[in-house]
Amino acid sequence: MFETLAFYAFGGLTAAMFLITVTNKNIVYSMASLAAGMIFISGFFFLLNADFLGVVQIVVYAGAVMALYAFGMMFFDSSKPSNEHITSNKSIFGLSIGAALLTVAMLCVPVSVEHSYKTLDGAKNPQQVGMELFTNYLLAFEMASIMLLVAMIAGIVLAGKRMDDSYTTTVDHHDRHIEDLKLNQEQRA
Amino acid sequence: MEVTLNHYLLLAALLFMIGLFGVIRRKNLLMLFFASEILLNAANVALAAISYYTNNIQGQIMAFFIIAIAASEVAVGLGFLILMYKRMNSVDLDNLQIMKG
Repeated sequence: MFETLAFYAFGGLTAAMFLITVTNKNIVYSMASLAAGMIFISGFFFLLNADFLGVVQIVVYAGAVMALYAFGMMFFDSSKPSNEHITSNKSIFGLSIGAALLTVAMLCVPVSVEHSYKTLDGAKNPQQVGMELFTNYLLAFEMASIMLLVAMIAGIVLAGKRMDDSYTTTVDHHDRHIEDLKLNQEQRA
Repeated sequence: MEVTLNHYLLLAALLFMIGLFGVIRRKNLLMLFFASEILLNAANVALAAISYYTNNIQGQIMAFFIIAIAASEVAVGLGFLILMYKRMNSVDLDNLQIMKG
């Protein structure tokens, strides 16, 4: 009974938060609602006995990812609403959403899986995850770590190039550059 | 009334719909990244639910790898966001449309 109640409460809250995220015009609001939705998602993981996954969800998503987005938003003025030129009709979106929902509903109709795999008796969820991750999935784990390293270097290279130029005064730099060019031409003349 | 696997799968499908709607509709690069996070989270919910109802820990392991992918996507995406803002002074995806067809 309690789990049913929690499922519907978390489901409604998560769907509402994510709907706010995708429909809001203000980026700051949608980021805040996305962070709230991530926290509510971790509620499902705790309901599903995936304790470690829930903790990782809070730490990585609500902690790292959202903080990174907030950091990225500091580079430009995000307080003004984002004006988007939406030219397509709303009916196209509705139809595509409906078609996709129908496809998913057709693909995930009752799948009853009977067999169950053996798990370590008496082991808590983090221990089970650790045993599985560092035995059967060790290679994938190492490759994931290399992927994260590559992503980190890519982020540094993409964002850090010409870091001495200020983003907010790019136009000023441009103007100054043109003024320098004019000055050079005058000097040559 | 008991919560079954189908409840969780339908909820994951609903969240996936919301994310798909965001990906299709929004034209801001940052909103596109937010919507893709929603997509990945919907997949995570489905994986955790399947892992619980089949008594198999491997679904959770897949969810961990999805979280790792999401983290690296954020790192590269944010670099691209900053680069795009530096080049075009906005994060509107319409600015990337350079081929007038």
